[in-house]
Formats: sequence, C-alpha cells, structure tokens
Amino acid sequence: MADRPEGSAKQGSNKPALELHVPEPTYRPGDPVDFAHITVPEAGKQPRPDENCEAIETSPLCYDLVRVLGDDNKAHGPWDPKLDAETLRTMMRNFAMVRAFDERMFRGQRQGKTSFYMKCTGEEATSISAAMALASDDMVFPSYRQQGILITRGYPLIEMINQIYSNKGDKLKGRQLPIMYSSREHSFFSISGNLATQTPQAVGWAMASAIKGDSRIAATWVGEGSTAEGDFHSACTFATVYNAPVILNVINNQWAISSFSGFAGAERTTFAARALGYGLAGIRVDGNDPLAVYAAEKWAADRARANGGPTLIEHFTYRAEGHSTSDDPSGYRSAQERDEWPLGDPVMRLKRHLIEIGEWSEEQQEELDRKCVEEVKAVTKEAEKNGILGHGLHHPFRTMFEDVFEELPWHLKEQSEQAIRERETKFPEGRPGA
Amino acid sequence: MTTDVKKKPAAETGTERRLNMIEAINEALDVKLAEDPDVIVMGEDVGYFGGVFRATAGLQEKHGKTRVFDTPISECGIIGVAVGMGAYGLRPVPEIQFADYIYPGLDQLISEAARLRYRSAAEYIAPMTVRSPFGGGIFGGQTHSQSPEAIFAHVSGLKTVIPATPYDAKGLLISCIEDNDPVIFFEPKRIYNGPFSGYYDKPVEPWKRFDSSIVPEGHYTIPLGKARIAREGEAMTVLAYGTMVHVAEAVCEEKGIDADILDLRTIVPLDIEAIEASVEKTGKCLIVHEATRTSGFGAELSALVTERCFYHLEAPVERVTGFDTPYPHSLEWAYFPGPVRIGEAIDKLMEA
Repeated sequence: MADRPEGSAKQGSNKPALELHVPEPTYRPGDPVDFAHITVPEAGKQPRPDENCEAIETSPLCYDLVRVLGDDNKAHGPWDPKLDAETLRTMMRNFAMVRAFDERMFRGQRQGKTSFYMKCTGEEATSISAAMALASDDMVFPSYRQQGILITRGYPLIEMINQIYSNKGDKLKGRQLPIMYSSREHSFFSISGNLATQTPQAVGWAMASAIKGDSRIAATWVGEGSTAEGDFHSACTFATVYNAPVILNVINNQWAISSFSGFAGAERTTFAARALGYGLAGIRVDGNDPLAVYAAEKWAADRARANGGPTLIEHFTYRAEGHSTSDDPSGYRSAQERDEWPLGDPVMRLKRHLIEIGEWSEEQQEELDRKCVEEVKAVTKEAEKNGILGHGLHHPFRTMFEDVFEELPWHLKEQSEQAIRERETKFPEGRPGA
Repeated sequence: MTTDVKKKPAAETGTERRLNMIEAINEALDVKLAEDPDVIVMGEDVGYFGGVFRATAGLQEKHGKTRVFDTPISECGIIGVAVGMGAYGLRPVPEIQFADYIYPGLDQLISEAARLRYRSAAEYIAPMTVRSPFGGGIFGGQTHSQSPEAIFAHVSGLKTVIPATPYDAKGLLISCIEDNDPVIFFEPKRIYNGPFSGYYDKPVEPWKRFDSSIVPEGHYTIPLGKARIAREGEAMTVLAYGTMVHVAEAVCEEKGIDADILDLRTIVPLDIEAIEASVEKTGKCLIVHEATRTSGFGAELSALVTERCFYHLEAPVERVTGFDTPYPHSLEWAYFPGPVRIGEAIDKLMEA
C-alpha cells in the first residue's frame, strides 16, 4: 500500500476498505443466456414530442426505448413513420443487399482475397433505415460498420469491392484498410479507423453548413465503446454550444471487440442519457426496429434542419457477429446471446411487417435474397479482374508518395526515386502494376 | 533560392508602415477574412476579446461573429471541428492559445488533418492553418514555454512554419491560409514586440527600429519552403528559426563572426538548396533551436547537412539547443540557449 502522509489515519482503523469495481458482463462462453433483465417496453407506447420542443422535453425518451413494430408485426403509436409499401420494399432490398454483400466479403477474406472485413449483421437498420430518413446530400461521418449507408445511397458495389481488395481499381489507391471507404459524390466522409474522431468533424461540417446558411445537415455514427473517447465529449460540447445541425448516432451494439458496454458506462445509465448533461435532445431507440430507427432519425433531421439543434440517438442493438474477421467472439461471450437477443433481427422484423400488411411474401423474399447474392457474386467477379490484395495488380509505386501534400516536396521526390530503384532491383524484368 | 527582406524597398507597396509581429499577424488575418468568405478564425478568447496576445483584436467586430468566434476550451474539439469545416469547403484558421496546449488536439492533427488528403485520395482535404504562440523567454513556466515543432515535423502531411519578423509573419501566414494542406504556424511569442538579442537583462528593442517591421498594406505572400538570408557571411553557416535567428545574429555581431545566417522560416518543407549552398560555401555549420535537444529538429538538420555536405565540412556540425528538461520557471535563463551557449559553440567551430 502506498505511503500515507504523516498524521493520517493508519490502516486498520474502523473505516471500511475501499473496493474497485471492475465491470463483468452477465454471460461468458458456455453460460446459458436469459435477457430478462433488459426491459423491452411495448411498441407504440412512447410519447413523441414535437421536433421543435425544448431539449429537456426529450429526457424521458433517454431512458425509454422508442419502438414501433410490435410482436404482432404491425406498426404502432405516434412514432410510426407511416412509410409507403414501396419505401419499405426499398429498405428491404437494401437490407438484403448488405447481408449478401457481408456474407460474400467475409468469405473472400477467409479465401485470402483481402486482409480484413467487418460485417454489420444485426445492425443493418441503424445505418440503412437511418440513412433513408436523411436527404441524400446530407453529409455523413460514419464509423466502420455503416456500409448500409453506401448501399442505401447507391454507391456502386464494385467500388466497395475494389477498395476491399486494395486493387488497381481502388479509388483510394490501396492506401486504406479494407472497408474504410470514402465517397464525396455520395456525401460520405472518409472513414478514419481511429475511433470517434469523426464526431467533432461532423459537428464542424454542420457548423460550416450553418455559417454558410446552407440547408444540409450532418450526421455521425459512433460505437458505444468509443463514446469514452474525448473526441465524443468535444463533439457533444461543440454541438450544443453552437446549436449545430447535426445528429450524433451512438450504436450501442453491446460489445467493443471483447469489452462489453459496461466499460463505457452502461452499467449506470443509458448512452442516450449522455444528451441530458449537454442539453442535447436525446432519444433511445430500438435499433433492431427499422421503422423506429427511421422515425427517430427523421425526427432529429427535421429538428436540425429547422435550426432546432443537435440530437443524440442511442440505437440499442446487438453485434450478432465478431468485431471483424480478426476476432472470434466465442472466446469472450456466450454464443447463445445472439439467439436470445430480445429485440430480434431487423431484417426478419421488416420482412414479417411487410408480409403482415400484405405487401410481401416468403417467395418474394427468397427471390430478392437470391437476386442479391447473384448480383454480389457477379460484381465480385468483375472486381477480381482488377486484382485481389497482394497479387500485383496494385496502384503504381509512385502513387505511394502522392497526396501526402498537394505538391511533392523534394524529400518525397527523393524517396519516390528510391522506391522505384528498389523495385527495379527486386524485379529486373519488370512486373505488371509497376 | 532565398529572399532578403532588408533589400525590399518599402516604397514599392506604398507608404512605409512599421508593425510589430502581433499587428502583422492581425493584418494577415484581416486581409484573408476580407478577401475570402470561406476563411474563419476561431479559438479560445479570440472573438470579442481579440485573443490573449491581441492577435485577433477587432476582427470579430469587423467581420462578424460567425467568421471570428470563441470556442470551448477543447483543443481536440477545435482541431476536430476544423477538419469538418475543411471538408465542407471552409479554410479555418484555429488558434491554440499556447503551443503547450496543443497536445489534446494531436490525434485530430496527426491522424486526421495530416492524413485526410492521402487516405481519401484527395477527395477530402484539411486546408487549415493552426496558429499557436510558442517558445519561452516570457517566464511562462513549463506549460507556457515549450517549442514542440519537431513533433509536427515528424508527421507526414503537416507543414510547419515559424516566422521571425513582422514582414515574414504576415506574408507567411497569408501563404499558409491559402495553402491546401494543413499548416502549423508557430509564433515565437518572445519576439511579438521586438527581436530578442538573448540578453534578457536589456530592455526589448521595439520592432519599429528594424526594417523587417516594414509591412506592406494589403495582400502579399512569402512562399513556404524558402529560407531567408538573415545575414550573409563566409565564416560559418548558422541554421535557425524564430527567436533564435535574432539571438544568433546578436551573438555573431558581438563576437565579430562573419556568419551566413539562414532563417529557415519553414521546417517542413525545408529549403534544402539554401542550406546546401550555404554549407558548401562556409564549410561549417551551427544549428540553433530553443526546443529540447534529443530528437529535436536540429538532429534532422545535422543529419541532412552531414549526409549531403560531408565533404565540404571542415568541422563537426554543432548543435545549440534547450536542455532535455521541462522549461523551468525560475531558471528560465539557465535553460534558454543564450549567448554563452551559442558563443561556446561558435568558438569551437572557429577553432576547428
């Protein structure tokens, strides 16, 4: 024990010994899972305040769970966004496409075609349904599990695959880890890979939009684990100080690699409740309920667009798969969790709803799933013509030195010449892609 | 290629005006705010109050509070929102009140601003200029005196600029704001009001007594990556920037050394041609900076000179720097690389 200052009470006095609390998840591998402790309120029972209300009026929603789709697969209550059947089918098409894409890319990584991949299984609604509630030119600052936004915005699959393979077709010139996309054309900010850095950036973009009297808003996505980063605190502070037209989406998927949400504070409060201390509007939403996610995001977007200010939305969901292809969750959590998750699967819930309202069938679903798998397969083959990781069809060596600065300074010119000399020494006969 | 401000006739650009460095910086910001509606200035206390060193005085009143405004005390947030503003198309000029406070913003600078162009294959850029007073000699203690330029020079994708005169401060700052890459603009706060000879017991001589305080009105630029010949000579090359340019000049003057003193102005990109030309001419090289010694920018300069000019050297390269300790409050002048330390190194080179 550390030395005490002279005169302070000696150990062994009648004061109780202090105890450090180290959070522990409820279930570890092999444990039977019972999520009875998670309160799942009835769909349709949550109040929906006006978009232009005072932030404080959203406080009850920070501890509640906005839900629209009930166990009867019908939409209920004031948060029902009343989407037409065509929009719901588009949402389903985006869901099916992301799932087919994730499956194929995961397998591609296992086959050695790339180094890394991250699925978003179980969290599709938090990106797709949210993105559908935004205008297509609203600027998004995603984290690494929002491929659903790109698919929703019609980004070509081949560009995604080229990037994942880091091949010669990769618009990012093979510089970024797979899935760290960027598309200015789709108002999709370059994904960093460092966590939560995108959150103050989204606020800054939104501030700029407001400075210029633009009508576009910004939205950002961050995992519950990385809300612990200082950047997130900065983002919330700047958002509230300047009443920035921004939506802060916290994706609470319960797990940050092997650390459960308790290591970001979830044992004590909700992530939505963070909004209260900053004076932001806050909503906690069932992240596996596509209609509720859409409605919450739309509410926040309308509020921001009307100069009502920023909103923090906690999407309560579950990461059904590993963190990435480099992760094996069977080493730290119970495999039963996924099956027992009380909020179900967003794709299944949307499917059942569409069928319930007479706008869809099992046959149509099978047909859609099959078409998506075929399309992804065909595009993958097309992308493979541009090469796969480590097979030579990369960008030319000189591109390694471009874009460090707008212009190449002398020291990078010298280093570029060295890289080319090294290549000539290694491959005197020359080699494709040089 | 170098430029020499002393040769620049004031009449060329109108009436001769003499400004101190703060006024020159204020004017650069004013010029850019007026010219370019995408320029915004922000930072702690920079708005209504005009900055703790007065560098932004009057700018909010003139350009409006959505162009010049105060921020929360959050360097991470200041740099982070500046990255987002740059992605939108603005040219933010954030101020970090003291260079010592910049560290909470390092991830946003190093991993984000510096890499954005590269990682997005130029889809997004971060055209920001981070202004920050740096260096000691004002009894700032260990949290208001540091010179962290080497940290930024080590990062690929960042430019680092350090002016040594009012004329340069304005022209360089305008260049930085117009540059499409992120730039760290360190302002040597010891010489805001006048150049410093290194003799702390002598009163500050105001800038207006020196021709390098003649600052033209309106817009002018000084290219990044071009050194300034502060003094032309044959006996030895002195490489310095910021405050230390003036201290080196004073010591050489006092000792009667015919030194070739290069004010580097920007350390990334570096004017290697000017350095090589000078060392090839003199055969001796003294490097002076206020920052700590180990892995300081002087180590890079020493390596470059040795690698590229070895056969012209008549003596080992000498480095004069701050000590590898925090900047102590009461022993500030024992820490500062002043005339005694510089003089000793000069003697060593002259005896070689």
